[in-house]
Amino acid sequence: MELLMASAIGVMTAAGLYLVLRLRTFPVILGLALLTYAVNYFLFSTGRLAVNMPPVLRNGVETYTDPLPQALVLTAIVISFGMTAVVVMMALGAYLTSRDDDVTLPPEDGTGREDGA
Amino acid sequence: METVAGLLPIIAALPFLGALLPGLMIQAGRNTCAAFTAVPTILALTLLLICAPAVMRGEVLTFGFAWLPSLGLNVNFMLDGLGLLFAGMILGIGLLIILYARFYLAREDPMGQFYTYLLLFQGAMVGIVLSDNILLLLVFWELTSLSSFLLIGYWKHLPEGRQGARMALTVTGMGGLAMIAGMLILGNIAGSHDLSVILTQKDAIQASPMYLPALILILLGCFTKSAQFPFHFWLPHAMAAPTPVSAYLHSATMVKAGLFLMARMWPVLAGTPEWFWIVASTGLITMVMAAKIALFKDDLKALLAFSTVSHLGLITMLLGLGTRAAAVVAVFHIINHATFKAALFMTAGIIDHGAHTRDIKRLGGLRHLMPITFAIATVAALSMAGIPPLNGFLSKEMMLAEVAETQWIGPYWMMGAVATLGALFSVAYSFRYIAHVFLGKERSDYPAKPHDPGFGMWAAPGLLAVLVVLIGVMPMTMVGDLVRVAAGAVTGAPPDVHIYHWHGLVPAFWMSVIAVAGGAVLLALHRPLAALWAATPRPEAKAMFDAVTRAATRGATALTDGLHNGALMRNAAVFSVAVLAAGWLAWQGGGLRPPTREMIPITPVPAIGWLLLVVATGLVVAYHRARFTALVLIGVVGLIVGLGFVYFSAPDLAMTQISVEVVTIILLLLALNFLPRETPVESTSGRRARDAVIAIAGGVAVTGLTYAILVRDFAQESISAFHLANSYKGGGGTNVVNVILVDFRGYDTYGEIIVLGIAALVIYALTEAVLRGPGGRWLANWDQPTLPEAGDRHPLMMVVATRVMMPIALMVGTYVFLRGHNEPGGGFIAGLIVAIAFLMQYMASGFAWAEARQRVTYHATIGIGVLIATVTGMGAWLAGRPFLTSDYGYLHFPPVEEFEWATAIAFDTGVFLTVVGAVMLALQSLSSMARRAGETVNVEPMDIDPTRDAEEGA
Repeated sequence: MELLMASAIGVMTAAGLYLVLRLRTFPVILGLALLTYAVNYFLFSTGRLAVNMPPVLRNGVETYTDPLPQALVLTAIVISFGMTAVVVMMALGAYLTSRDDDVTLPPEDGTGREDGA
Repeated sequence: METVAGLLPIIAALPFLGALLPGLMIQAGRNTCAAFTAVPTILALTLLLICAPAVMRGEVLTFGFAWLPSLGLNVNFMLDGLGLLFAGMILGIGLLIILYARFYLAREDPMGQFYTYLLLFQGAMVGIVLSDNILLLLVFWELTSLSSFLLIGYWKHLPEGRQGARMALTVTGMGGLAMIAGMLILGNIAGSHDLSVILTQKDAIQASPMYLPALILILLGCFTKSAQFPFHFWLPHAMAAPTPVSAYLHSATMVKAGLFLMARMWPVLAGTPEWFWIVASTGLITMVMAAKIALFKDDLKALLAFSTVSHLGLITMLLGLGTRAAAVVAVFHIINHATFKAALFMTAGIIDHGAHTRDIKRLGGLRHLMPITFAIATVAALSMAGIPPLNGFLSKEMMLAEVAETQWIGPYWMMGAVATLGALFSVAYSFRYIAHVFLGKERSDYPAKPHDPGFGMWAAPGLLAVLVVLIGVMPMTMVGDLVRVAAGAVTGAPPDVHIYHWHGLVPAFWMSVIAVAGGAVLLALHRPLAALWAATPRPEAKAMFDAVTRAATRGATALTDGLHNGALMRNAAVFSVAVLAAGWLAWQGGGLRPPTREMIPITPVPAIGWLLLVVATGLVVAYHRARFTALVLIGVVGLIVGLGFVYFSAPDLAMTQISVEVVTIILLLLALNFLPRETPVESTSGRRARDAVIAIAGGVAVTGLTYAILVRDFAQESISAFHLANSYKGGGGTNVVNVILVDFRGYDTYGEIIVLGIAALVIYALTEAVLRGPGGRWLANWDQPTLPEAGDRHPLMMVVATRVMMPIALMVGTYVFLRGHNEPGGGFIAGLIVAIAFLMQYMASGFAWAEARQRVTYHATIGIGVLIATVTGMGAWLAGRPFLTSDYGYLHFPPVEEFEWATAIAFDTGVFLTVVGAVMLALQSLSSMARRAGETVNVEPMDIDPTRDAEEGA
């Protein structure tokens, strides 16, 4: 099972990286979402994997899975929603304002620092 | 005794606190401003004098408290003889400079700023000399570099001022960096960062193989600060500063910091051949070379600047000799140099003020026009030349005596001869300062009519000139004890100090005679020599410095522009590769221990889930150009991720993941409404292959890393056991994840909901900004692409179903919220569920209909949520406990069972409200774009309403 988890995280990371390296906003957002899944899974699995041991205290049950990464990942999931929403809004604002969803700065902005600096 | 030592941090802090005053007081006039600047200095000086008697008795005052003990960084202060001498000079001459600057600065100069910078600088200097912790000392050391940058560049309108300030900052800043490294090495060897400990570790330090690197690095810091060859070039360029600054920096402070540190470190670093060769040689070369250059400078301040460099070289050389007697002379000359050099700089400023020029070629014959200035300058310059009975003579004579006994390179008299040559140049430029400025014929072509200034301006240099004479005439009475304790602090034991004028016909006497006579001859030959000097080519430090900085800037710009050329793709690729490389390096470095955990066997259901996840992820990549398809596929990935959480014992995470997935997909769908439906093919196949390589490498690396973690146990014991054990006892809940969120790590959660709220407000603000700009105008005139649409926008069935479901959904939300402390659930999840319940109404019945029924705005919901969380946290203060400490107990309502209450639930309510508000505000902002785009607003809740039709029909 560990191998499945590790490879799933790897596949999502690879796909996320590839999409983040694209040229338009939408694939980059999708890539970020995939990377978010991968990172959350990774953080979660630092508590090691456990089946049928939820960290909810029960009488007579002695072993539980690690609750700490779960708590951290829970907030990470919610925050990542906030992040995705902000990025989506920025992408949308940029597209509506400049009619362009390219993530690359136009050359005059990118190389204009020679005289400025 | 202890109470006296307690004054030390106050002395160090006073100038910094006082730095606030001038800016406030400048409104009340220039005199008031100067007076208020003097107050903290006078206070600090008074406190220092209170401490002085103990130090003069030979005690070392220390006072400290721990700041970051784990780093060895303690706020420890120490006052010994050396510190007393320097602190006295810094504060005393600082006071004179404040007085002088009051009359020097012109009406249009911002005086408040000047005094603020001056006090900051003063505080940093005092901090250096009082520090007992080398890390603290380094902090103050960097502060002097920064504040002197402000002072040197004070006349911002002058390009020379800005360039000089930049050069000073670059050179001293680089030296400071080297010194940080050297000090850390030293602290490592000694095992402590406290000077009082380090200074006792001489043998350990000098035996260490790291001694030489530490020595060189620390000396780099000292040499750059004290303008020693080959770093001397910044000092003359710093002359663009106002003259009070030059006088202060060059006499008692900035450049003396390097000397101070060499003296401070003398007990542990000096006495080795390395120390002798590096320090003594550098000092000697600097002394002679700078004295020669000074002779040919026509600008009064440039002449004095190079003479400062030369005298610093002299003191450096004395410290470099490594003998106790030489250290005594060094300390004595530090005092003497401070007195005559500060006076000379001030007279240069006075001449500049009176004659409107500092060019020696345009001056001369001023003795009758400026008699007071002439008297002061003559006394000070003669002292600098080393003419008896002034104080400069005493220390120069002692210096020559020390040097005459020292074997350097070549024959035994070599060092004496070179030092005499330096003294000879020194005499020549000192005489020149008198002869070419004040003596000679009165001229008719001064740029302005020279005249003596008012008392306020010559009082400070006058006082210093009196000191020059008094120390010269009765050295033992004036400074004998001070030299003894200061030199005692340098060398470790109070030496016998004998300063007197007549040593007999010893070599030093004859060297002195040669220097004075030779200097006079040189001055007589000045005109032909100056012509020769002008004709010889010599390296121009500024040009070289500028070339180096230009090249460095060009290199840095090229590198930065290469890495960040404005393309996100480039940036992300560079980042990914860098992280991979760093990971690879780390992997190479450490050995892996064998696996310790047993693996969980693979069962069919998770295997199917894995397959679905991998295939869906692959399809997202394959179909990412068809954006709707990719969105559907990523929804699949998200759901399986949620199922994975279920399987691996994380019910809370699963609930959160699935509900977040729903809102995220809705958000992306709304956004996609306005974005292009397809992603065009733009990148070349080569580029795609490169990206694929990076991506696969990243994936493989992460897989390896995760697997390596998963098959091994924790390297150290996890703190989770504590959480499991205390969740019920301490937090009153059985759902440990929720207890961690609202109790153990409540502060994290508190920060997180604030971030979430801010993110939502950012989204709102962005939307408003876009809608007001060209984006909004474009939206208003947008021709929606014609797509096949559903017949009803608000179908009857959906409207009715969502209305029925609304109370049920809210009840589920409440239930999940309430049980959160003991069962999977809680504020985050409940917030998401309720947000989804609202969203259903928006989708089914339209924005307008839903919004008309909304009582509280989402901004307010976020605000109330954060406020509730804050108030709950503060409630703990009432019980006298830290912020966010939670409490719980049990209540009994007779008909109902035992009921638990916990303050955590109030906190969780705050979380709940913030999440609802943030999610809804984000989606509402997006929907407002849709409305701008001409989305029709439905007045009626349903497009088809049988009752309405019936009424219309009737």
